[in-house]
Parts: sequence; structure tokens; C-alpha cells
Amino acid sequence: MNHAPIVPIVVPALAAALMLLGRNLPLQRSLGWLSTGLVAASALWMATLADDGWRAVYLAGNWAAPWGIVLVADRLSVLMVAITALLALVALAAAHGDWDARGEHFHPLFQIQLMGLNGAFLTGDVFNLFVFFEVLLIASYGLLVHGDGRDRIAAGVRFVTLNLVGSTLFLFAAGILYGVTGTLNMADLSVRVSTLDDAQSTLVRIGAWLLLAVFCLKAAILPLCFWLPSTYAAAGAPVAALFAVMTKVGVYSIVRVYTMVFGTDAGPLADAAFPWIVVPAAAGYALAMLGALAGGDLRRVTAMLVVASAGFLVIGAALRTEAALAATIYYLPHTTFAAAALFLVADLVGRARGRWGDRLVPGATPARPAVLGLLFLASAAAVAGLPPLGGFIGKAMLLGALLPAGAPAALPGAGWLWAVLLAGGLAALIALARAGIVMFWQGDEVGPGAASARDLLPALLCLGLVAAVAVGAAPLQRYAQAAAADLLQPQPLVDQVLRTVPRPGPHQPEPKSYR
Amino acid sequence: MELLMASGIGVLVGTGVFLLLRPRTFDALLGLTLLSYAVNLFLFSMGRLVAGRAPVVQAGVEGYADPLPQALVLTAIVISFAMTALLAVLALRAHAATGSDDADGGVAPGAAGAADRSAAGAEAGPRRDGPPRGGGEA
Amino acid sequence: MTAGAWLLLLLATPFGAAALLAASGRRLEQLDASARLARVAWFAALATGFAAVALAMLVPAVQGGTVHRLRVDWLPALGVGFGLRMDGLAAVFAGLIVGIGLLIVLYARWYLAPAERTVRFYALLLVFMGAMLGITLADNLILLAVFWELTSLSSFLLIGFWQHRSDARQGALMALTITGAGGLALLGGLLMLGWIAGGFELDTVLASGPAIREHPMYPVCLALVLAGAFTKSAQFPFHFWLPHAMAAPTPVSAYLHSATMVKAGVFLLARLHPALAGSEAWFFAVTGVGAATLLVGAWHAIFQHDLKGLLAYSTISHLGLITMLLGLDSPMASVAAVFHLLNHATFKASLFMAAGIIDHETGTRDMRRINGLARLMPVTAALAIVAAGAMAGVPLLNGFLSKEMFLAETLALDRHQALRFLVPAAATLAAALSVAYSARFVHDVFFNGRPVNLPRAPHEPPRWMRVPVELLVVLCLLVGLLPAWTVAPVLALAAADVVGGALPDYSLAIWHGWNLPLALSAIALAGGTLLYAWLQQGRGLHRTEPPESAGRREFERALTALVRWAARATTALHAGGARRNLLLAVAAAIAAGAVALLLGESPIASTGLDPFEGITAGAAAVWAIGVLAAGAAVVLIRQRLAALLAVGAVGLVVSLAFVWFSAPDLALTQVLVESATVLLMMLALRYLPASAPPEDDDRRVLRDAALGALAGGGTGFVAWAVMVRPFDSIAGYFLERTVTEGGGTNAVNVIIVDFRGLDTFGEMTVLLTAGLIIHQLVVHTALPPVAGPARPPAPVAALERRFPLLFDTVARALLPFALLVSAYFFLRGHNLPGGGFIAGLVTAIALLLQSVAGGHAALWPQRDPEQAFAAKQRVLLTVLGLALLVATLTGLGSWLLGYPFLTSTFGHPVLPVLGELPLASAALFDLGVYLAVVGATVLALASIGRLSRTS
Repeated sequence: MNHAPIVPIVVPALAAALMLLGRNLPLQRSLGWLSTGLVAASALWMATLADDGWRAVYLAGNWAAPWGIVLVADRLSVLMVAITALLALVALAAAHGDWDARGEHFHPLFQIQLMGLNGAFLTGDVFNLFVFFEVLLIASYGLLVHGDGRDRIAAGVRFVTLNLVGSTLFLFAAGILYGVTGTLNMADLSVRVSTLDDAQSTLVRIGAWLLLAVFCLKAAILPLCFWLPSTYAAAGAPVAALFAVMTKVGVYSIVRVYTMVFGTDAGPLADAAFPWIVVPAAAGYALAMLGALAGGDLRRVTAMLVVASAGFLVIGAALRTEAALAATIYYLPHTTFAAAALFLVADLVGRARGRWGDRLVPGATPARPAVLGLLFLASAAAVAGLPPLGGFIGKAMLLGALLPAGAPAALPGAGWLWAVLLAGGLAALIALARAGIVMFWQGDEVGPGAASARDLLPALLCLGLVAAVAVGAAPLQRYAQAAAADLLQPQPLVDQVLRTVPRPGPHQPEPKSYR
Repeated sequence: MELLMASGIGVLVGTGVFLLLRPRTFDALLGLTLLSYAVNLFLFSMGRLVAGRAPVVQAGVEGYADPLPQALVLTAIVISFAMTALLAVLALRAHAATGSDDADGGVAPGAAGAADRSAAGAEAGPRRDGPPRGGGEA
Repeated sequence: MTAGAWLLLLLATPFGAAALLAASGRRLEQLDASARLARVAWFAALATGFAAVALAMLVPAVQGGTVHRLRVDWLPALGVGFGLRMDGLAAVFAGLIVGIGLLIVLYARWYLAPAERTVRFYALLLVFMGAMLGITLADNLILLAVFWELTSLSSFLLIGFWQHRSDARQGALMALTITGAGGLALLGGLLMLGWIAGGFELDTVLASGPAIREHPMYPVCLALVLAGAFTKSAQFPFHFWLPHAMAAPTPVSAYLHSATMVKAGVFLLARLHPALAGSEAWFFAVTGVGAATLLVGAWHAIFQHDLKGLLAYSTISHLGLITMLLGLDSPMASVAAVFHLLNHATFKASLFMAAGIIDHETGTRDMRRINGLARLMPVTAALAIVAAGAMAGVPLLNGFLSKEMFLAETLALDRHQALRFLVPAAATLAAALSVAYSARFVHDVFFNGRPVNLPRAPHEPPRWMRVPVELLVVLCLLVGLLPAWTVAPVLALAAADVVGGALPDYSLAIWHGWNLPLALSAIALAGGTLLYAWLQQGRGLHRTEPPESAGRREFERALTALVRWAARATTALHAGGARRNLLLAVAAAIAAGAVALLLGESPIASTGLDPFEGITAGAAAVWAIGVLAAGAAVVLIRQRLAALLAVGAVGLVVSLAFVWFSAPDLALTQVLVESATVLLMMLALRYLPASAPPEDDDRRVLRDAALGALAGGGTGFVAWAVMVRPFDSIAGYFLERTVTEGGGTNAVNVIIVDFRGLDTFGEMTVLLTAGLIIHQLVVHTALPPVAGPARPPAPVAALERRFPLLFDTVARALLPFALLVSAYFFLRGHNLPGGGFIAGLVTAIALLLQSVAGGHAALWPQRDPEQAFAAKQRVLLTVLGLALLVATLTGLGSWLLGYPFLTSTFGHPVLPVLGELPLASAALFDLGVYLAVVGATVLALASIGRLSRTS
């Protein structure tokens, strides 16, 4: 049988175990590369399969849904895993050599982070989603404070406290869902949710919205977005780069749960929370763009743009049309890689400017501005959504999605969203242009030694991924479109989950599926 | 009994939330502990309350308590234990670095000594601290 | 070679050349500066020349009426393709770009100082050339927008070329902001256009003009597109960025900011003319803005003392003229627009280059100081004077012809009676003004006395620096004298595509007889000269400060205000730190719950269930204890140890509840976790001030209390509402199969290790990760226990003093027993309450008591505590590794038999002592859990315990 869906979870776990047994850096490094590479390979392979419509339901422990825990490898989840793995390769390259030697256990924590992320993307069970959230969170705590220093520790305390509240909320929500529907499997939930009486659906809606609050906290959607900038700005560059995918977990969960469980055919709970969530998402996008304008230092600006991108993604998700959802799914890899690239470049520039770091004040300019300048230009253009990169395409897709084909007029509120999205793009452009001017053009001193080619490699890799998203726009867009269609038509997936029969065994002579 | 359980949960949530919002990390920690009790009870009682019917299967016995929430709560307890422990230690470090366990991580005067020591500790061995950055490791 | 290939070559050459330059930058730096400059310049010239050849290969066919096309799919689903298309208009415009580009490349070779970063300059110039060609050749509107933004970007970098100058930086940012904003608007407009027309290909769009104009969204679409065009072409009120772009090196000003880039907006208007034009909105917007720009630009030009400033404003004014012509929206006007576009490119480029020469030679651009250059540099003077004449529209020069057409068109305007007089009057006035500033240019620079203390002694520039100017001026003359033989075919070629149909018949003659346009020209010439004379003599032009150009200060004020406001808003929003975020999270949750509750039906089921049913005195008492303990924790929060113990008490009550409601596993776990937590926190308290200073303010307390009440009330209510309703869950399945298929009677444990093994797998990972992080956090740190006043108060001290003896004995006695107990719990776990967690916690706590008691000696004989810790951490990390390894491998074991991860099996082996023992492979997994619990807990506690000794 095909074990591919579990590989992105098991391989990092195994790697982490071996890393703990053989505690020396060279070994841990090679194990890290091996495991991350394997995960990436399996993810890309599954993606190619999924591109042809393949979809796998993996019964962990060989128990039929909804009793056991199922993993679902479909277009979206596999794409997310692929993004994570590729980004992880970049982050690993960035950490390799110096960063990973600055504290204990970098590599095990890194692998566990991978395991958590992949698990969250692949699981089809609400409570299991909670568990993998915790896995990825605790690993992220470790990575955040890796390298130590007062700022990181303080940021760590804030980050952990807040997320513990989030986890508690998650448990309350999961509890309500189980208490009313008597199940935890997303597919089963989607079936049972559609047959609730009014009183029950009120209770379930409470659970659903608490869950939404949790996801918004993870995705940094207004008003739960203010934790992100200080946290990401405190993290080291390789970690910040990896964190670029963390908010996407929240976005993914929103997309997954609110299309599959509380989707259009969820009876009285149909489209719970949608589409009004567009409002906070758009407002958060605008505020984050203002935050980018406010400046500070480049890492902070980048973090603000990460918040903005989350808003962008949720707008697309909330519109519930295939085109808009496709825009979100296409934009997702681009914005993840672009933000990571900018984090890495910010670090390079920071080093090149010596004691001024990446603070946006006139000081020193890099010694060899040409290369760094090009890197900054490229990543800034990517993040600001300048053509011809994916950000531009994604924005075009979303703007286009607001003009339903064949309709004489745009969707209601489209005008506002157009204004917000276009103005936001401009704000990002100005913010980054000002940053570039200050860091590369202004200042009387010349910074210390230039970065070596080895230092540049991770950023280059990341920009390579960004370029790939633009070059491969056509296939990726097709993939996104198909994924969006799947999400808006969850029935086939639900059936497949509930009809998958475990493999007969000594203790399960003739296993049956739920349906 | 449902009433007692529900009101108990309510009290724990209320006190937990209140402590959570106190200005000291330690208080928040206790608040989170109370909240975790509350959520564990909540999750548990979502399987409804059954007295004296532990889900340990015996011949000829019917009407066990719902085992699933119990399993979930077991998981939740251990996870929250791990998180609480971690947060406690983080609070120690933060307190040592900033001289206060103010939840907002404010720096109290006279904390420099501790901060230096912890930083120095962090840089022991082959580690050199990060590229010069705004504040941070300074 | 096919036309398509040539098209691609034409577009790719500049980019390729630029890339090559950038790549070989390192090697070029080996050369000495002047050699580098020469080589780079010739390379750039070569590339441009090659592009010219490619263009030349394409033009004949275009003249024959064919439209070259090249299409490479990029994003077919969205109708976005890499489509190139060359019709007459595109060909002529491309010619303009390449031709003037070549001259600029040559000119810059002499203009630039070898010491400057010449490689970067030429690379950027080539990139711009490529982007500009892209705009003209793009067949797909989206592709057009791509190149559009690219020109903005390269212009930004070129304006800022002299980055050390603050005016260069400001000018660059201003240009980027304005044109960038326009670019975004344009993107929106083009998207809408494509959406209305049903495709982004030019043919589709140009063909569906009527449909577009009828569409309800047409006004929005038009506004967005115009915003793009106007910002790019520096139309009023966006014109102010152009003068500030003059901070760029003069070749850039000549090429980007007069000849080509600023023409992109006008080009776009011309390009989309068939699709968008022909409506009142178009007429008023375009003509109005054009006219305003025409007048404003011309007026400001007169008063500039800066040579390039004058030329910049005159450029603005001429762009306004072209825009206005396109707005007039008659075939003839369009022809005139294209004609003037070409003419302006020639004479203005030459003027800029001349200005550059003068700047180069005299070291200043201030027209109040550079006077009487005619004597010092006669040739340059002659050239500049001719070009200026063309700019003024003096007969026998190309400028005259197009201006005649312009005047004629304004007179021919037959819509709107009111405008019949107004438009020609404005046109004549503008013409007069342009004569005035041209006159000033000529008189001030080349005559009007002697130079005033120039930095350098001016003389003729290097021969080759002048050649480009000469060529362009000759063109001005040729076109002016023999239009029919020179420009006519070109014009016809381009205009046809703007008109989008048959060309009107027009004659490009110098002499159309005595007619009104001629009269207006005469008036303009005379009036302009007089106006200048009066200003110079009567008003002391040199002493008047140039009027503040509208928009610029507003822009800067707006931008700084925006940034300051953004900063303030952001700081305000992000103020309050962690507590505010917590507050927001809680509030958001409450709000979400409340709204959901209020939206729906009342969730309270009418179950006949009596709320007080089944409440016993005992239960009530326990409940009361719990509630009181929780309250105590709040009240005593400042005495931390007391608060901690109160919380512990609550924990015990919780476990009692678990016992009562038939959850023995939970009860056991809860008790154990409880004691572990409390002990850990006791250790932690050593390093925290044992008492917190009093709460800051009462409003906050009240607010938080209110939030707590809301949250608590809400949760309690929901809990009750759910508990009292009938329930149908998947639980039955587990109870049915726990024995037959799970191999254990304890359903809870079977669920944990088997049915939902993946949860447990993740959970143990969390636990051991926590151990790792705690270890990482303290392993290199030494924390002082809180000293001085913050020292724990008496009770704690007393407890601490009593700890060692008490616990040491207890712990020593307990350890072996504890291990036995845990083994027992572990083994029976699958069938009776117990299992990996509980066993692990028992072991861990036994060891943990030791660490609190400082009784490590028993386990870790090393004398030196650091050694002991080192040994301990080695062991424990290995244990953690083993835990994860065992669990993972157990899970993977099932792969060998072809079952999914974590599939378990079981048997009932008979062991000698213990007798028949139900042993599930899940037990192995449970062993992993056990190890994880022990390892993580002890590692965490040992790490903290170590602090106590290192301090």
C-alpha cells in the first residue's frame, strides 16, 4: 500500500530520534538534509500525482474513519506540505554552518517543527489537528528562542502565553463539536453538521466560531495579528524564514475546515463565518501595509508584510468563489517564499551594514552593493507584488475574481476591495523603496566585509523558488484552480474518507467502512 | 450533577481568565493552569457524566462512560503539563534577563548583571552571538 | 529567420546585453576607468545597433500592411500570454526608442566621468530600453503592464544614479511613487478592460471599442487607465515629479524624461484610442487635462533659471499638447498628435543633450550666470538655437508643422459651442508661452552679455559628444523643410493604427496659404517674443524666483504625513504588548461565542432533567472546596507560594471529579501531573520574586474581572447546554472492539495507544520537545536565585529548610517502590487503569522528588554536581531519543506486514511469574511513551534543579 501520506510526518520524527541519540552536529546536519530532502521528494511526488486527480486517504493504525485518525492527501494539503518542505530546505541552508551551532538541539527541533507542520496539513481529524498544532508550536518556541538573547526570551514568553490561550480555545471548540455531534473526523462532522436541529446548530456555531478565532490567531488576522511582528523580528533569520509558513497553517485550516465541514451544504451552518470575515481580513491587510510604511527595521517591515499577505489570502478564501480561492491557493506559495527571501536578505544587509544592522536609518551602505542590491530588489519586488512575479499574478487573479466573468457588474464590495488591494500594493512599494534608499543609497560610511557566495546561497535558492512560481504560473494556476474546485465540492472527499475500508487482519477479519 | 460540573467549569474559567490578564507572568501561568483544568473538565464532560461505569470492559456490564473524551483529556493534560513547564522556565529566563517577570517583558533597573550572565552563558562554547542587530543580544 | 524571431530578438537584445554587462562587472573592474567606460559604451552601442538591425528587418513588411505577431503562452487560463505584436505605431515608436537610444549611448560615453559606476549606468539604460520596447511591442495588456512597471523601476534607479545627492534620492522616490501608483491604477484598468472585452489581446480589445464604451463599468475603467497614462506622461496635476527627475544625469533626462518614457503614457492613449476614445468622458478628461498641462507647463518653463528645469517644464507642456490632441478625438488630431510626438522627441532630446554639453563645459546650469556662450561655443550654440526654434514652432522647422496642425485642429473643433473660442485661444496662448521660454533659452544662454563667474572656462565639447545633437538637429531641419519626403511615410504608418481606419487626407506642406492657423502662429511668435522681452527688461526675470510648482509640496507633505501617521497608528496599535494581545484573544473569543449564541435559536433543550438531580452533599462539598480554592488562588495571588498551593488544591478536586465520573485513568494522571507541576513551580519560585507588587490600577482589575465573569458564565452555560442534551457518539465502537480488536479491556488506554495512536505520537513528541527546550534554555545559563528583599518570605524558607531531610528519606525509600509501582501500572495499563503515561509519571516524580531533595548522590555518584548533571543530561537525552525511536519504529513495524503506520497486533503469551499476560504490540509503543514521560520530566526538572546548585 502507498505510505506516502505519512512519510512527511514519520521521516522527520525518525530523524529527530536519531539526532538525539547521536548528538554531534555533523551527523545531525546530514540527517537534517536527508530527512528534509526525503520529505520534499515525497511531497513533490504526491503533488504530481494529485495534479492528475490522485487523492489518498490514509488510515493511521488501520482503523476506519471516523473511529481512527485519517490523513488526507489531496491537492491542497499536498501543496502545503511541498511548500513547507521546500522552504525548510532553504531555512536549513541558511542555518547550516553558523546558526545551528548557536544552541542545543537546533536540528531535532527543526525536524519536529517539520513534523508538526506536515501533520497539521495532512490530518483529517479535528482533535489530531490540535495535537499537531501543539507539536509545531512547541517546536517553534524552541526555534524562536534558539540563539538566546534577551529579546528572544522575552518574545518567547509573550508568544508562548498567547498560544496557550489559543490552544485552550481550540480544546473548548473541539469539545463542543464532539459534545454535540459525537464525532471528531472532519468528513463525519460535515455529514452530521448538516442534520442538526436549531438548538444544536447554535451550539455548533459557537464551537465553529471559537475555532475560527483560533485559526485567525494563528493566521494573524485582525484583531489577533499584533503578536506577529515583534515575534518574527526577534527570531533569527533562518527561523524567521521558516516561520513564513506558520501563518499559512492558520490560513490553511480556515480554508479546510470552512469549506469541508462548514461549507455550502452544511445545512443551517452553511458558510458559517463567511463571507463577513472579509472585513477584518481586508482591514488587517490595510493596517499591516501602514505598519510596513511605518518602518523601523527591515525585518519588522517584512513581518508586517507577512501579516498583510495573511489578510490577502483570507480575503480570497472568504469570497467562496472558485476563482478567488484559486487566487489564494496560487498566491500562497509565492508569498511564503517571497517573505522568507526578504527575511534572509534583511539579515544579509544587516550584516553588511555593520552596527546599523537592518535598521532603517542612514548609516553605512554595504561594501559591495551590486549583488546585495539586486537580491534586495528582487525580493522586494516579489513581496510588493511587482510584475512579472507571482505576487502580481496572484493579485491580478484576485482582482479578476472580484469581476465575475460574464457579469455586467462586479461583486458587491468589490470596489472597496479593489481600492484596498491596489493601495496596499502601493504602500508596500513605497515602504520597500524607502527602505532600499536608506540602506543602499544613504549614509557616509561603508559597511564591513561583504557577504560570501556561501552566505548568499539561501537567499538565492529562495528567490529561485519565487521565480519558479512565476515561470510555472500556468501549471500552478491550473493546479490551484483544480484544488479550489475540490474544496468547493467536498462531497467526493467526504465519501472517500468515510468509505475507505481498513486492510483485513488477524483481529479485523472483515473490516467494514463507516458507510 | 451537570449543574455542579458546569458551574465549576465556569468558576475555573472565570478565575483563570482573570489571573491570565494579571501583569505578572507567574500569575498568568497560574491562570493558564486553572484554564487547563477547566478545559479538561469541559472536554471530559462533553462525553456526558456517568458515575461508577469506568470504561473498562467487563462481561455483562452495559452503559460505560464514554472513553473517547477521557482519552482526549489524557492527551490534553500531558500537553498542557509540557507547555506549563516550558513557560515556567521561560519566565525564569526572562526574569533573569530583564529583572522583572512583567508579562510585557519590561526591563527593570539593576537587571543588567543577571542579563549579562545569561547572555554570557548563552555564548559559551563555540557559539558567537548573532549579527549585530537593533537591540536584542546587546 | 522568421519575423517572430526578429521580434523576440529586438526585445531580448537590450536585456541580454544588460545581463551580460552585470555579469562581467567584476572583470570590467580590473580595467582602468576610462578604458572601462569606452568598452562598456561601445558594447552598449553595438547591442543597440543590433536591435536597430532587427527592427530594420521587420519594418518593410509592416509598411506593406502586415502586423507581425509572436505568441508564447504563459497563463492561458487567464488569457495572459507572452504576446508580441508590431504594427505601424509600434514600429515607429520602437524606431524612436532604438534610434534615440543609440545617440544617447554615444553621448553618455563622453558625458560620464570615467570614475563613475559606468557599468551600472549602461546596464540600467539597456534594461530601460528593453522595457520600453516591451511596452510598445506588447500584444497582451497584462504584459504591457509588466513592462510598464519595469520602466518605472529602471527610471527610479537611473534618477537615483547619483545616490549621494539627496535631491537625486528624493526625485527618484517621488517619480517611483507617482508612476508606481499610476501603474497600479493602470493594472486595475487593464484588468477591467480585458474583463469587459473578454480578452487581453490587443486585437480583441481594439475590436470591441463600442462594447467597452457602452459598458456600465466604462467610467471606472477609463479613469483607472487615464490615471496610469497621466502619471507616466507627467500630466497636470501629476506633472511635478518630472522636474525633480532632472536630478538624473542628463543623458537619462534626454532619453527617459523627454524622448521616450514620458511618452509611454501618450503612447498608451494612442494605442487604446480605438477602444476607449469616442466618448464625452474621454473628450473632457483628456482634452481638459492636456490643455491644463499645456498651459501650466509652458508658464512655469518661462521662470525656471535652471536650464534643465526649463526644458523639463517645456516637456510637460508639449506632452500636454499631445494629450490634448488625442483628446480632441478626430482622425486629423490623432495624426497631429503622432506627428508632434515624433518632432518633440527629436528637438527636445537634442536640446537636453545641448544643455548637458553646456552644463559639462560651464559647470553650472543656472541661466542667470551662463550668458553669451554664442561667442565661446558657436557650433553648439547654432545647434541649440535651431532646436529651440523647432520647440518654439518657428517656420521651416519640424515643430512648426505639427503646431500648425494643432492650431488647425483646435479651430476645427465643432462640438460644444462654448469651447469653439476657448480652445483655440488657450492653444494660441500656450504657443506664445512656448515661444517665450524658447526665446529665453536662446537669449539667456547664448547672448545677453557675458558669463557670470563660471566654475569652468567653457569651450566646444569633444567632437563626438556633439555628433548626436547634430544628427537630431539635421533631422529637425529636414523634416521642417521637406516633410513630404522625410516624415510623411513614417507618420502615415503610425497614425493609421491610432485612427483605427482610413487616414484622412492631409498635406504635409510648409505653406497652406494665408489661413487662420498661420495667423495664430504669427500672433504666438510675436506675442511670445514680446512677452519675453517685457519680462526680461521690464520685470527683471532673473530676480524673480520661479513660482512654486503646484503639487510637489502637497505631495511631500502628504507622504511625510502618511508615514508619520502610519508610524503613530502602528505604535498605538502595537502598544500594550503581551497583555493587550491576551486581552484581545479573550475578548475575541467571548465576542465570537456571544454573537454565535445570539444569532441562533436558544440552545437550551427542554429536557425534563432537573438541574439539581443527583447532587449529593459530598459532591457539593467537593465542589465548594474547588471553588473556594480557585477563589483563594485569585485572592492570594501576591503570596505566590500560597496561590500555587491553592491551585494545586483545585487540581486535586478536579481529579476527584474524574474519580467520581468513572475516569480512573484521568484521576491518576491528574494527581501525578498535579504534583509534578507543583514541584516544578516550587523550584521555579526560587528564581522569581516570591511576592508580586500590588496591581497597577483598579479599572483594569474591574475590566478583567468582568471579562472573567463573561467567559466563565458563557463556558458554564455552554457546558450545561451540551451536557443536558441526548447524545449519540462514536464511542460505542470503541467499547465493542477494545477487547476483540484492540486486545485490551481498558478502552481509554486502547484508544490512546491504538485507535488514536497518532494523537499520542504527537503528544509524546510535544512532551519530549518541551524537555529539550527547557534543557536548551538553562544548560548554558546560570541564574541567581532572587536575592535581597525579593527573597521568599518565611514560610517558603521554612519549607525549603525542611525539604532536604523530609524528602531525602522519603525519596530514597520511595524510589525502588515507585519503580515497582510504575512497572505494575505499565503492564496492566492495557486492561486496567494505568499505562505508559501514568507509569512514566510515577517514575518521574520519584526521581523528581530526589532532585528537589537534592538526593542526586543516590543516582548520580559523581561528587561534582556539574559532572553529575553532565552525566545525567547525556543519559536523559539518550532516553528521549530512544523514546521517539521506539515509538516511531513500532509504528513503522506494521509497514513490513503491509499495514498502515501504527497498526498494532497482540497476543497472550504466558510468562513464568506474571502468568498469562495480554501483550499488545501497542505496549511497545506505550514503552516509548513511558520513556518520553520519564526522560522529559526528569530532564526538565534536573535542568532547573541544576540552577539551584550553580547559583
